[in-house]
Amino acid sequence: MSLQYVGLKEINGPLVALEGVSGVAYDEIARIRLNDGTERIGRVVELAGDKAILQVFEGTNGISLENTKTVFSGKPLEIPLATEMLGRVFNGAGKPIDGLGAVFPEKWGDVNGQALNPVARQYPRNYIHTGISSIDALMTLIRGQKLPIFSGSGLSHNKLAVQIVKQARLTGEDAENQDFAIVFAAMGVQNDVADYFRRSFEETGASERVCMFLNLSSDPIIERLLTPLCALTAAEYLAFEKNMHILVIMTDMTSYAEALREFSSSKGEIPGRKGYPGYLYSNLASLYERAGVIEGSSGSVTQIPILTMPNDDITHPIPDLTAYITEGQIVFDRELDQKGIYPGLSVLLSLSRLMKDGIGDGYTRADHAAVSNQLFAAYARVQDARSLASVIGEEELSESDRAYMRFGRVFEENFLNQGFDENRSIDETLDLGWDLLCLLPKSELDRIDEKLLDEKYDPERAARFT
Amino acid sequence: MNTIYSINGPVVRAANTRDFSVLEMVYVGEKHLIGEVIGVTDKFTTIQVYENTAGLKIGEPIEGTGAPVCANLGPGVISNIFDGIERPLRDMTKLNGAFVVEGNSLFSLDTEKKYNVTVTVNVGDKLSAGDIYCTCPETALITHKCMVPPNVSGEVIFAAENGEYKVLDTIIKLRLVDGTEMPLTMIQKWPIKRGRPISKRLPINRPLITGQRVIDTVIPIAKGGAAAIPGGFGTGKTMTQHQLAKWCDADIIVYIGCGERGNEMTQVLEEFSELIDPKSNRPLTDRTVLIANTSNMPVAAREASIYTGITLAEYYRDMGYHIAIMADSTSRWAEALREISGRLEEMPAEEGFPAYLPSRLSEFYERAGYVENLNGTEGSVTIIGAVSPQGSDFSEPVTQNTKRFVRCFWALDKSLAYARHYPAIDWNSSYSEYVDDLADFYNKVSPDFMSLRQEITNILQEETKLMEIVKLIGADVLPDDQKLTIETARVVRVGFLQQNAYHKDDTYVPLEKQRLMMKVIIELYHKSLDILKNGVPLSDIMATGLFDKAVKIKYDVPNDELGRFDEYFAEIDEKISGLTV
Repeated sequence: MSLQYVGLKEINGPLVALEGVSGVAYDEIARIRLNDGTERIGRVVELAGDKAILQVFEGTNGISLENTKTVFSGKPLEIPLATEMLGRVFNGAGKPIDGLGAVFPEKWGDVNGQALNPVARQYPRNYIHTGISSIDALMTLIRGQKLPIFSGSGLSHNKLAVQIVKQARLTGEDAENQDFAIVFAAMGVQNDVADYFRRSFEETGASERVCMFLNLSSDPIIERLLTPLCALTAAEYLAFEKNMHILVIMTDMTSYAEALREFSSSKGEIPGRKGYPGYLYSNLASLYERAGVIEGSSGSVTQIPILTMPNDDITHPIPDLTAYITEGQIVFDRELDQKGIYPGLSVLLSLSRLMKDGIGDGYTRADHAAVSNQLFAAYARVQDARSLASVIGEEELSESDRAYMRFGRVFEENFLNQGFDENRSIDETLDLGWDLLCLLPKSELDRIDEKLLDEKYDPERAARFT
Repeated sequence: MNTIYSINGPVVRAANTRDFSVLEMVYVGEKHLIGEVIGVTDKFTTIQVYENTAGLKIGEPIEGTGAPVCANLGPGVISNIFDGIERPLRDMTKLNGAFVVEGNSLFSLDTEKKYNVTVTVNVGDKLSAGDIYCTCPETALITHKCMVPPNVSGEVIFAAENGEYKVLDTIIKLRLVDGTEMPLTMIQKWPIKRGRPISKRLPINRPLITGQRVIDTVIPIAKGGAAAIPGGFGTGKTMTQHQLAKWCDADIIVYIGCGERGNEMTQVLEEFSELIDPKSNRPLTDRTVLIANTSNMPVAAREASIYTGITLAEYYRDMGYHIAIMADSTSRWAEALREISGRLEEMPAEEGFPAYLPSRLSEFYERAGYVENLNGTEGSVTIIGAVSPQGSDFSEPVTQNTKRFVRCFWALDKSLAYARHYPAIDWNSSYSEYVDDLADFYNKVSPDFMSLRQEITNILQEETKLMEIVKLIGADVLPDDQKLTIETARVVRVGFLQQNAYHKDDTYVPLEKQRLMMKVIIELYHKSLDILKNGVPLSDIMATGLFDKAVKIKYDVPNDELGRFDEYFAEIDEKISGLTV
């Protein structure tokens, strides 16, 4: 029987302090038993002399200085891991909440994970099909990449996430024999949003291959800080020990960062930008860097973190620091959304850093890079033409600027815009791209080499748009 | 025995001890985690731990080493990859597998490998600090020269025969002035936070040739200088650093991945071992050292990685090499300072950064320089530091303070990056104070180099002014000569400043081709201007296709066929003089 400490010294928000402890390790887990028989879990976040400060995952409601008995476990937080986690639903701390009983562990995993040695990484190269034209063509998702979605409140990021889960699949020669599964971590989402995800996964038949970790907005914030840790630990297990390809969707990282701020301020730490702790970057990095491909394992962890930019501000610390860590970003544009374009993604602000090595012959199609560069360049010109038109009026524009205005409209309505149930193949997407480019005079297509252009360019292809 | 009194993240304290000195390296806990003393009071000694502190307990021992944190310097550094405190990451994967495990005591360098050593001194020689006593081929490109450590001098009383030696074998023995004997192996240690001594600083007057037009021609960096590359996410900081690391004419590259992405380091590892240096036909790894402290590795070691990198660079500089350091990103280093400072509950200055941020930054950048070494050779350390300003806001503390300590500033611009104009170095807000220092060098390349450069920058400046007008009222109202400036500026921007890192010729462009490209553009501009004055409309000039052709020179003229520029000059002559009113 290990030592039991009766009572507490201090309670402050989610933190409690104990005095007179000994032999306690930094970061270890303690069980706090209340007099009413319930048990809560705490984690050591600071040690000084015989004093230990614990963060209590379930919150400190109902805890007094007198009514607790605390036992230290001597171990960091570990969760049971098993392949049968797929199809199950857990809370933020990794406890099953779908009423199907406990998971029989094949292994216990420390949720903190460890830093991946860069030498052991394999550079990600294989593309993941999402069936969404704008993503597949212009901001291609690569196996082992971390590619976040930056959205705003009220935009259709949840719908997009469901569509990605529904349509995502591996491609390439080895795709057939590979297991592909989704780990879904919801942090601080509202009840009905969580329901929406659960229902959508069931309706689309995806739930068999989805493992969900749910922390609702009314759940304690410390548990919210654990949610991505548990999810990523499960993902790493399935990927690197069971050789599966795992797509991890984490939403909403903004709630996570706010929980971190709340925790930090109750600990009395010195704040950095906008009150977020100075280690927000390192903390986010410790999550995002858990994506990747390891030498010697055929699995992979790919991450799509979703965050809502406060006030649509991309320079806010959360999206800003995220984009510095992740390999690109997919950004929603409110204006497009209001025009009724789904998914209303901002082509110019979005980027996939790993795309250049994962597209083209052998991955997608030989002309992919040319098409995407040209679409991008042309759409950038559209913005210039639009801003000029807003000053001098559309009638005054030159012939070529007017062509770009037309291209912009058609591009948004036909290429960006697509149905929630529309799963476009990469061929369909790229051919559609060519059709749109044929709206422009041939001389404007300066990012495509001439041989390819001669082969593909035909104004007739664009006829259906006029 | 001293023991742990408190633990808060990477900060550990020992109580009631007077045993430790500031910056002393210590071993913390049963696992022997490596730490550094950062504060001493009569009550507490404060230690930052370079490894993950999870699992440490109050009461575990803290052992002093009596010495500061040192880098091990010797053969085997080049083409290696280290973490922030110079532990070999390749050996670590063999020992611990794919994940970084704390508390291993791997030695930085391979102590089993044998090098073919040539001993260059004889018994009886008097050696002083910096003198070279043996050499060995470290890689196919780099000859390693072992030097008498700083602050040591004496007479050789033993010198080994030439032959195969391991790095810890004794090569020579010195009798010091005080009579004691000192064996020297091929390895020496040096504290990472102290600059290695030099004989004197030399004036800076040679450029670091990078093969990137916007840098070499417009905003040059000198060997021994310091440059900052600030830019928001997605503007191509890392890409620019990679290009410089691949192509610049330094002898050795020290690439520090400080708090950045793991996949980027993997990419460098893969790419650099595949890329062949055209001059030597050897993979680039033969001249590159990587220091990888990725963003999820312990934060205190991130702070150390910058110092480890520059210490390695200074060591090779002492042998007479020219080193370029790529530090990506110094903002993550500053954030590590902030994080540690916050844990120490120090009074914060701007945005939570500690008040000593500027002095730390200047200490780092001042370790760059073109110097005469103790042994009389010349060498240089050039620092190129990436800065990742929060919210792309260049007024934030790290960018602003860095700006004060570097003389070359390559500002990466978001709107250029959105337009896929790479490298996205904004010619309006970037500057180099080295231009005047380097003028002599460029004049030797060609007497017209500096004047061509001036004309190019004038055209760009003129364009910026004209674009203000165009934005308001459109381009149609401008007179033809101003439209010509805009058209020429377009050629400069698209044909000259934009450079394609993925194109076999355009990824690296020799200085002479850069000059000829400028010359074609300026010649075209002047000739066009002349006949505009004769009343030929601009549309006729544009219809010759000369401007579009000038844009494509970078792809059309291979780097080794510069004779083909004659065709361009001839064609300009012919087509322009053929135009009449």
